Amino acid sequence: MNFLRKIFEETGKYVEEGKPLSWAYPLWEAADTIFFSTNKQTSKGPHIRDNMDIKRTMFFVVIALIPCYAFGAYNIGYLNALAMDLERGLIGNTIFGLGYVIPILIATFVAGAICELTFAIIRKHEVNEGFLVSCALIPLTMPPDVPLWQVFIGTSFGIIIGKEIFGGVGTNIFNPALTSRAFMYFAFPTKISGDKVWAVGPDGYSGATALAIPANPTEYDTASNLFAANNQFDFSMINMFWGLIPGSIGETNKLFILFGAFFLIYCGIASWRIMVSSTLGLVFTALLFNLLNYLTVDGILQSGGTPNAMLTITPLQHILIGSFLFGTVFMATEPVTSSHTNTGRWIYGFLIGVLTVIIRSINPAYPEGVFLAILIMNMFAPLIDYYVVQANIKMRLSRNV
Amino acid sequence: MELFNSESKKIISDPINVNNPISLQVLGICSALAVTIRLDQAIIMTLAVVFVLCSSNVILSLIRNYIPTRVRIVIMLSVIASLVSVVDELLKAYLYDMSKQLSVFVGLIITNCIIMGRAEAFALKHGPSKAFLDGLGNSMGYGLIIIIVSFFRELFGAGTITLPDGGAGYVLWSIPDSWYAAGYENIGLLVLSPGAFIILGLVIWIQREFAGVEEDA
Repeated sequence: MNFLRKIFEETGKYVEEGKPLSWAYPLWEAADTIFFSTNKQTSKGPHIRDNMDIKRTMFFVVIALIPCYAFGAYNIGYLNALAMDLERGLIGNTIFGLGYVIPILIATFVAGAICELTFAIIRKHEVNEGFLVSCALIPLTMPPDVPLWQVFIGTSFGIIIGKEIFGGVGTNIFNPALTSRAFMYFAFPTKISGDKVWAVGPDGYSGATALAIPANPTEYDTASNLFAANNQFDFSMINMFWGLIPGSIGETNKLFILFGAFFLIYCGIASWRIMVSSTLGLVFTALLFNLLNYLTVDGILQSGGTPNAMLTITPLQHILIGSFLFGTVFMATEPVTSSHTNTGRWIYGFLIGVLTVIIRSINPAYPEGVFLAILIMNMFAPLIDYYVVQANIKMRLSRNV
Repeated sequence: MELFNSESKKIISDPINVNNPISLQVLGICSALAVTIRLDQAIIMTLAVVFVLCSSNVILSLIRNYIPTRVRIVIMLSVIASLVSVVDELLKAYLYDMSKQLSVFVGLIITNCIIMGRAEAFALKHGPSKAFLDGLGNSMGYGLIIIIVSFFRELFGAGTITLPDGGAGYVLWSIPDSWYAAGYENIGLLVLSPGAFIILGLVIWIQREFAGVEEDA
């Protein structure tokens, strides 16, 4: 440690203010705080001394994501083997998948680091570790066969437009990882619109994803029957839980996502209120739609129009198909862009669940609604907080007459 | 009055740079979003706005001493609306394809805040020659921004650069098929209106950086 300390003290002299290399101070500071806690002291209040700084918080999120990466890599190999009729085994499949995951990861981190460092040097702020988490999340939301230059552009967009123009980590309105996901979705719809299968297969290999099957059925049936009738992939509940279905790299295995959720809640990083309330919102809206479907197809409100199979998806199926769990665990709970009051978190999460089902079921153009729902609610989070705080003030005033 | 003394130069150059109607005053955004899908549309739109703004400024400045203050808005509107109708008819007569593409947005020049704004803020208080220079400067400032925005939107959104000609536009350059074969894709987002917002936002950011404008905190 002394040896390391000495290196940083020696090099630190060159980046002090007034020295010709002072522009590189943010770089030096970023490297220094990886190994040592900062010796800087705050000059103004509030004085909070805690070892749990941004760097450590962000690091825990990255740890929680590792199982998703591992399974994502395996799943790419597994689906490829399925499509090509191969037998490769666990290790072989994982190595095959890593060949797709690692380039995407590298492209994301290169783009993220370039943007973050450029802004740190121009704006003279310290390199913020938030971009590590954003960059770790972005590959997990990508299809495995996405072109790397698109990942590069999407990441740069997410970091610059989603975060840096608002002033960096802590002042951004939108989740940077979701901003880049939304940009990619609208900019390159042929690659990631989410209705075609995302799997690395032979040329022209294609099929409908779990979400697109009830969205575009050849003839109306309930979602469960439509899933059962699909013989390309096994869309049974248990298989969707284990995640052996096509999808974005990180979202398919629900067990590892739940593991990440418990880890984050245990470490006190993510808010369990948001996760629980968004699930409640999803279940509530899905049940409402099931009822609506029952009334319009079999019940008293029969209209004779074509029924929407998306309305028949049960709440459990809504949780298992698509990336709802991934979004609500890792994206919606982002501390900066979510609500900050506990009551606000319940409202914020609940509305994410509601909007997710509405966008999925009612709008045929967008098969996946989670990222749009979270971005919309990111926008409203400060407003929710404002009214929660005002309501609290009013309540206390009236109590104190 | 000399035409090119320093004051006149300032009248004409300020709106192009440090007091740009779009990027600094954020006026006329609606048409800047609507007609910037293709470069040729933006160029024709710029010419139309140059004509309308210069003429309306000069006409209103000439009659400024005879306009009762209470009804000035009505008079300004009627002058601007007649000029816009002239442009609209001219486009229909000589550039029919372009007029169809621009559709209502030529007519909507009437409601472009820049034109009313300049009439109200400048033409009613200054002589015709200055008003003309002010109109020229502002319309060119407007045109500069929408041409930049449309250039990027068309290049990256549709993969072409189109210049106006008598018909449906002359394609100056388009991204070769070999690029597409190598995996290049157009950014579909830029063709949509949000794409215009994003490009315009970036242009505003860069322009303010260069003009040295500080936001109020």
